[in-house]
Amino acid sequence: MNLLEINHLKKSFENLDVLHDISLSVKEGEVVAIIGPSGSGKSTLLRCATMLEKMDEGELVYLGKYAVKNGENGKAVYAPQKELKEIQGYFGLVFQNFNLFPHYSVLKNIMDAPIHVQKREKEEVLQEARSLLKKMGLEDKETYYPCQLSGGQQQRVAIARALALNPSILFFDEPTSALDPELTGEILKVIRQLAEEKMTMVIVTHEMAFARDVADRVIFMDGGYIVEEGNPKEVMEHPKEERTKQFLARFSS
Amino acid sequence: MSTANMIGQLASGMLATCEIFVLTLVFSLPLGLLVAFGRMSKIKPLQFITKLYISIMRGTPLMLQLLVVYFGPYYLFGIKLSTGYRFTATIIGFAINYAAYFAEIYRSGIQSIPYGQWEAAKVLGYTKNQTFFKIIFPQMVKRVLPSVTNEVITLVKDTSLAFVLAYAEMFTIAKQIAAAQTTMMPLFVAGLFYYIFNLLVAGVMEYLEKRMSYYQ
Ligand SMILES: Nc1ncnc2c1ncn2[C@@H]1O[C@H](COP(=O)(O)OP(=O)(O)OP(=O)(O)O)[C@@H](O)[C@H]1O
Ligand SMILES: [Mg+2]
Repeated sequence: MNLLEINHLKKSFENLDVLHDISLSVKEGEVVAIIGPSGSGKSTLLRCATMLEKMDEGELVYLGKYAVKNGENGKAVYAPQKELKEIQGYFGLVFQNFNLFPHYSVLKNIMDAPIHVQKREKEEVLQEARSLLKKMGLEDKETYYPCQLSGGQQQRVAIARALALNPSILFFDEPTSALDPELTGEILKVIRQLAEEKMTMVIVTHEMAFARDVADRVIFMDGGYIVEEGNPKEVMEHPKEERTKQFLARFSS
Repeated sequence: MSTANMIGQLASGMLATCEIFVLTLVFSLPLGLLVAFGRMSKIKPLQFITKLYISIMRGTPLMLQLLVVYFGPYYLFGIKLSTGYRFTATIIGFAINYAAYFAEIYRSGIQSIPYGQWEAAKVLGYTKNQTFFKIIFPQMVKRVLPSVTNEVITLVKDTSLAFVLAYAEMFTIAKQIAAAQTTMMPLFVAGLFYYIFNLLVAGVMEYLEKRMSYYQ
């Protein structure tokens, strides 16, 4: 079964068509990288998938459960609030600019949602949070506040915060774009490690080498369309489409 | 009039002033939040009404508003109220006026918080209420504290406007004694009182600001 399925997604802002008929499915344990020029609709796609943005048409299905169905008039119809709430727990999202809660300590940033959204036991959540922090190499930072951390550390806290809810699939929207080049490595390392553990992930990135190494599949988007997709080595070394070639040429020079 | 007597009267005035001050804050601080919600609501009529309310409260003299609240029920609706209403009217007048100012302060505070905070909370599964009270509100409080301090300091001085309803607060009494005894002394005492009161207010607000300075 596909963890995520997006069928014929369309989205426009006022008169600007941003996504035209996007279909995409992600299997368990798969790592999908989305690449493409600025303004091609990558963020909008993630925002529709994570329900931060309402889709106009199409279907959105997580683990066989419909979050969005096509209505009779072809318009997207969202499931009742209660079902959406459950589906909301299937995925996590890591933002480009972290969006940590500045008034919460590192530990509270990670623990608050599991305790107050999922209503889990505090002790259990604490243990999980500590082991996540250890995995992120931040075990000595639990009492810190986000403003006392470097960008790379903040992003690792944000990843831990998302993982603490045990999502089935994790989305990343350019997780390293707000970081200094010397800090990108630490985030990519964490994502690489998650990939080895078979975490299902969809990653929008401008890090071409990383996409090629880590992803099972790469999707090239341009102008609101999926132009080309497939095995990363094939797509990136022998692109079929002219637009993909042009885009990739910018990175090789 | 003996000095002791004078001080006794002034002291009761100070107490009345403190009462106005505290009750106004107790009512206007939360009321301001409700008004801010109305102002930011997606419901157009509600938005319009709160906007109108805020513009009237900020655009007309507080003294006039106090008079309207006090005499309005009788002149507009023929309702006779006891003289005890004097105090209630004072508190209502101050509370609805200050709520309007606080509402605008809150609104700008809430709107200054990056939208990413709402989105992060939504993706983590927080409800709208949880998001507001756990994530947005505490950050808003920190941001608006300096502006709220300004209003609170103004309120200390504004309490003297209760004299238009002949409510026996500090300033009303000081003026009466000064006129009767032809001495500046009570007015001087009153001035000193407001000044010290505000030093305290500033001290408390500074303490609160410090307590919230552990982040950003
Ligand atoms: N809320 C919005 N209102 C109007 N237009 C929007 C909105 N969000 C995005 N757009 C437009 O949609 C198009 C796609 O934007 P999107 O952010 O998805 O691109 P992107 O591929 O993520 O680009 P980048 O690589 O720069 O992040 C752009 O033309 C953008 O201006
Ligand atoms: Mg983007």
